[in-house]
Formats: sequence, C-alpha cells, structure tokens
Amino acid sequence: MDVLIFIVSGTLAAATALIFAAMGELVAEKSGVLNLGIEGMMATGAAMGFVALSLSGSYTVGFLAAAVLGCLLSMIHAVLTLVFRADQTASGLAIGILGLGLSSAIGKRYEGRTVEGLPELDFGPLSDIPIIGPMFFQQDIMVYLSIVLIFVTWYVVTRTKLGLVIRAIGESPENAHALGLKVRLVRAGCVGFGGAMAGIGGAYMSTAYTPLWAEGMIAGRGWIVVALTVFGTWIVPRVAFGAYLFGSMSLLELSIQAFGWNIPSQAMSVMPYVVTIIMLAVISRNLAFIRLNSPASLGAVLKIS
Amino acid sequence: MADTPLLRLRGVTKAYPAVLANDAVDLDVMPGEIHAVLGENGAGKSTLVKIIYGSVRPDAGTVEWRGQQVDMQSPLKARDLGIGMVFQHFSLFETLTAAENISLAVPGSIAELSERIRAASAQFGLDVEPDSRVQAMTVGERQRIEILRCILQEPKLIIMDEPTSVLPPQGIAKLFETLRRLASEGIGIIFISHKLDEIKALCDTATVMRGGRVVGVVDAKVEDARSLTRLMIGRDIAAPSHAAQRGDGHAVLEAAGLNYTPLDPFAPALKDISLTLRSGQITGIAGVSGNGQDALTRALAGEILQGPQDAGTIALDGVALGADTPDQRREKGLHFVPEERLGRGAVPIHTLSENAGLTTHHAGLVNWGMVKLGKRRALAQETIDAMDVRCGGPDATAQSLSGGNLQKFIVGRELALRPKVLIASQPTWGVDVGAAAAIRQKLIDLRDEGAAILIVSEEIEEIFEICDTIQVMFRGRLSPPVQVQTTSIDDVGLAMAGDFDALALKECAHV
Repeated sequence: MDVLIFIVSGTLAAATALIFAAMGELVAEKSGVLNLGIEGMMATGAAMGFVALSLSGSYTVGFLAAAVLGCLLSMIHAVLTLVFRADQTASGLAIGILGLGLSSAIGKRYEGRTVEGLPELDFGPLSDIPIIGPMFFQQDIMVYLSIVLIFVTWYVVTRTKLGLVIRAIGESPENAHALGLKVRLVRAGCVGFGGAMAGIGGAYMSTAYTPLWAEGMIAGRGWIVVALTVFGTWIVPRVAFGAYLFGSMSLLELSIQAFGWNIPSQAMSVMPYVVTIIMLAVISRNLAFIRLNSPASLGAVLKIS
Repeated sequence: MADTPLLRLRGVTKAYPAVLANDAVDLDVMPGEIHAVLGENGAGKSTLVKIIYGSVRPDAGTVEWRGQQVDMQSPLKARDLGIGMVFQHFSLFETLTAAENISLAVPGSIAELSERIRAASAQFGLDVEPDSRVQAMTVGERQRIEILRCILQEPKLIIMDEPTSVLPPQGIAKLFETLRRLASEGIGIIFISHKLDEIKALCDTATVMRGGRVVGVVDAKVEDARSLTRLMIGRDIAAPSHAAQRGDGHAVLEAAGLNYTPLDPFAPALKDISLTLRSGQITGIAGVSGNGQDALTRALAGEILQGPQDAGTIALDGVALGADTPDQRREKGLHFVPEERLGRGAVPIHTLSENAGLTTHHAGLVNWGMVKLGKRRALAQETIDAMDVRCGGPDATAQSLSGGNLQKFIVGRELALRPKVLIASQPTWGVDVGAAAAIRQKLIDLRDEGAAILIVSEEIEEIFEICDTIQVMFRGRLSPPVQVQTTSIDDVGLAMAGDFDALALKECAHV
C-alpha cells in the first residue's frame, strides 16, 4: 500500500510541470503555431523561478518571474513567425536553444544551490484520511492549480467563443482573416500563454519538484510536452492523461529501483518516454477523430497580408 | 437617394510585378441592383473583388460607400460597412458545425443563432442544418451556409464570386431565386461570372472586363451572348468541330467492380465502379466535385494502386494493369492529365523542357541512365509549337506560364506520345476561353485518330460540347453511360443530384 501511495502522490507531483507546459502548448498549437522551443522556455523558467525565489523569498514572485520570462521568449517566436513569416520549426528550435543558453546564464551563480521546496497545503482532517489523505491531500498548491488548469483549458477550447475563434484560426488563418478575425493577435496571445505556462512548468521543477537549480534539469520534458500534445491529438483530457502516464512511469521506475530488481537503469530511465508514446499512439489511431481535432494549419507559414 | 450608388469605384488601379491587374476601373452599384462583373479568367475580376472587400489595397483610385469616400483597409472594415462576400472556394471551417461557422461572423450564442439560421433558411429557401459539421457536407450545402452567413450579417451589398461553378443546374435556379429576393429587399449584389447565359438570366447591368480594364458597361437584358462574348474576349470564338464518331469503337480500357475506401474518412469512397472507354470516343464524367471523381482518376491513372486482394480489375486491351504504377501505365499508352497544373501536372520551379521529360522519358529520351538534353529540349519545343503555348521557350519555368498556357503544354506533352487512352481531369478549369477552345479541339482531334478519352468535368456545357457518351458520378457511384444525343442537360442535372433513373429511362426509350 505504501508503494501505491508513493506512486499516486508522486505521479501528481511529477506530472504537474508537464501539465502546465502541455496545456500552454496545446493552446498555441490549436491556434496553428507549433512551438518547438518549449524545452528552452521551461529551462529558462526553471532558472528564473529559482533565482527570483532565492532573491525575494516569495514563491509568487518566483512563478510570476518565470511566467513573464517564458512569455517574453515565446513572443520572439510569435514575432518571427507571425510578423516576419519565419518557418515555425526553425524559429522554435532556435528559440529553444536560446532558452537553454539563457537558463544557464541566469542560473550560473546558483548552480547546485537548493531552496526550501513549495510547502504542502494544509487540508486539516482531509489530509489525515488514511490512504486518500496522503495520496491526494498532501500536495502543494501548484498540483491543484494544474488540475484546475486542465478543466479551464478544456472549457475554454471546447465551450467558449474564444475557443471557437482559436480553433477556426488554427484550421484556416486565411479564412479567419477573410471573416475579419484578428489572426495575428489571437495567435500571439496563444503563443504567449504557451510560453508563460512553460515558464511556470519549469519553475515548478526547480522550486517544488526538486528544489534546486542544476543546468539541464528539465532533461527533455519540454520535448515530451510537444509529443504529448501531438499524440494526445490536441484533445485536453488525452494530453492530461499522457502527462499523468508519464508521471506514473517515472515513479514506477523509482519504485522498481527501490525494490532492488535487477533491471538495467538505462532501460528503466527510457521506460516513461517509450510507454507514454506507445500508449498515446495506440489510443489515437482514429483518423476521423484526428482530423476533427488537429489544427490543419499547424506549422504552415502565414499567408495573409 | 436612389441616385446615390451604394458603391462607387473610380480609377481603381492595382499592379502586380508581372501584370497590371486592374487599370483605372470604374464601377457603380445601386441598391437593389444585381450587377454582373463579366470577364475571362485573368481579366482582373478577382483582384477587383478583393479590393472592394478590403483584402487587397489598390495602388490608385477611390472607393466611395453610399456617397462617402472610404479607405477599405481590411475585410473587417468592409464587413463593418455592410459588405458581405460569398467566396468561390468557400471560407468555411471544415471541423466546425454550420452554426459555429456562422457564429464566427455573426454575434450571438450558438443556440440563438441556430434559431435565426432555421428562420432564415425557411425564408430564403436555403436548407441548412445548424448542428451538422461542414466536413460531411456537399458543396451545395456549403454554399448555402456561406450565403446564410452572409445574409445574417445583414449586409447592404453582397459580392458573389463565381457562385454557380459548384452547383448542379437545378441548384443554380434556386440560387437565382434567392438572389432576386435579396435584391428586392434593396440589397445590392455584385455577381462575378464568366457564364453569359447566367448573367443574362439574372443581372440588370453588366460591367465587362478584359485585360484589367473595363471594356463596357451594358444592359445585360439587351445584349445577346454573341455581343457579350465579343466584348469579353475581343473576338468571336469558333465552336469546336464535332464530327461523327470515328474508330471502330472497340473497348480499349475496361474497368470493372472498382472499390476503394480512402484513408481520409471524409473523402468519398469508390463503390463498384465499372467503366469502358472505347476507341474513337470521348466519355465525359459529369458530377459535382467531391463525389469520388478524384479517387476514380487516381485509380485509373495508377496513383492509387490495386492490391492483390482488391476485387476490381482495370485492363488495357485485355491485359490487367491494376498493379502498374503511373509510369508503367504511360509506357503502355495510358496517359493522365491531372486537375492541378502546378505541383501535380508540372513541377512549378522546373523548366518546360524538364517538365516535358518527366512523362516522356520512355520516348527515347534516356540512354544508359543519361538524359538526352538536346532531344528533350526539342520535344518541349515541338510541344510548344504544336499547342501554340505562349511562353519564353523551353527554358521558361512552369510557374511563369499563365494557367491556360501551362495546361496547353501539359496536354500537348501527353499528346506527343500518341496515347491509346487519355484521362483528363478538368482539362479547361481556370483556363481562358481561347485556350479552352484550343484544348477541346486537340482532344477531339485525338479522338478522331482513334484514341479513347475520358474527361472529368464540372462544367456540364463542356461535356455536352465535346463528349460522345456521358456518365454521372454521385457519392462514389457511377451511372450507366448514355449517348450525348439522347439526353439533356436537365436529365444530367437530375443525375448529378443522385437520380440516376433520370438517365436510365432515356437510355431505354431510345434504344
């Protein structure tokens, strides 16, 4: 039972950074902009969040600083692709590399330092319920906010006028422009949201999940986010499911190591990546479904004047 | 009040690097008037419309809206003023429902809009189901949504860009009824077309354009088709000579029991298609686009290959070639001219002589894997001469040619190899009238030499002009063939809407 509690509670925490970044990327991609710079934006967010927290002592300041910097980085991507019509793939990769460099510059003097992790919320008696309490009610606030974010993103994308506009622009920016929709503005907003969420996701890694700054600590999670969005076929619940699957696999890896089973550690470390991608690929084979949900203009250069 | 035009253009000019698209164009549209803008492809109609709708800025000239000069800086501005547009290639979002599509342009919740949509559909006879997705709809339904979306914005002026090109004949009559009703409510309508009979039937005034200029503003009711043609083209066009059928009529290409389910779940499937192409005959496939014509031509040309487990057969002169690639089929004498000229018919950035080599390399152009450049160039030059292609010679890139000239080149390239069977998809689509007539004449000449030809066309008039037998495609099924003399445009129109019996009855009656 202890193992189960460990895995469930750990999964929620391990998936949180992914959830933030993936919801942001999903919104950006729904509007038709592929952002491959997520890894760099998460890394920058991680460094910035850590430094801001160290200097101010405030988690709010830390997360805000990470969100602002992530958003600023993504704005470079927005300007390059929406104003100068740069190729989305090339621009995203370049900004991702810029972000990684920026993160090591920001965090240079803090390398290897630690901070006090984000405290757990106190739910009073709820936290003391056996099994359920330690699983669900001994988490920090960002874990709960990430769950709220899933529902908000789902509601906005599928149930609101704004979501309709985003989906329409993602399918055909040319038609949207002809209808008088503000294509560039909406896309820039979506990309900026994506950058801010990636920044927060990164900051969660460095100030809550493993409260320390080390260069390269994002370790490919930004790429997992990109994969989750695509393999989750741009459907919010599926992308969230993918994030939790990835989280649970990485926890399983730790538990198996704790059991002392003799499985090579390299094999164990690739498992979360492999299992997540296979699972999502298997559940997203329905072509009709994919066509209804995939943003048709994703990655294409904007052709409006 | 009645003397103030709704829209007044004066001296509107727009130059693109290679061409003066609009040269000092004047246009007046009164409230309640249906005003035709008539011209060939490339005459500048589309540019003019884009300027009115704000998606292109003119280099010079003024736009007045109800007596006030305005700067039409974006489609948003045009829409705010009360200008609506129904696009030729619709501007709908496929993954959204009808009501969602309309809600992007008209304020209100989906529920409120659904009510208004139902009310307006009844009022204007535009049958639209608000909750269904655009993806699964026919082009007719899509156009109705586009028009409804336009009407619900309560515009003062509606621009319709070639609205009839996607409709079966019966649908056109219904559309005209709707437009007349709108005009009677004081809405001005600009109707873009190159079809003279439609303009005579519907419009009050016609502004005729040629080469970017207005060459005449005429009373559409008074002019006849001949005088309009002369204005539009600058000369008379000879109808192609259509001699009686030649050749012995033996079956050259036979397809039987073709079935195909595309990967894309919203693309039409082929259902039990059987088709025989005979020597010395042109078979025309009529139908509204999107009913499986694309899959059929791909299957015949070899872009869709038949697997060993597929039921149907395709045979050329009695030899099965269902598993052959397009290249192998060309070598055996089955040639294909696709619908898209740039990208599928020709490589845009390659020269004409390189493009000629793509499909003709079997004709002694290759020696030990090396291309004979001189011979290829000569072949391209021959094609250019034979088809009267206006271009900068064999070294001009494909994309530098106008649509009509490139199409003449592509057709000529296949003709040079003396095909046994030629399959041409929309051979005159978007081609100017002169080039279209030349292409049709070349196809008839090829028929007279004994080739079997298949034409897929959305233009029913074209099919009646050059074909010997007609078959109609609807939702992946192909009607039985009928002789062109024994049927009428109306019957084919009914078949295009799914009523194959309309054709079959005639077939029996005349046997």
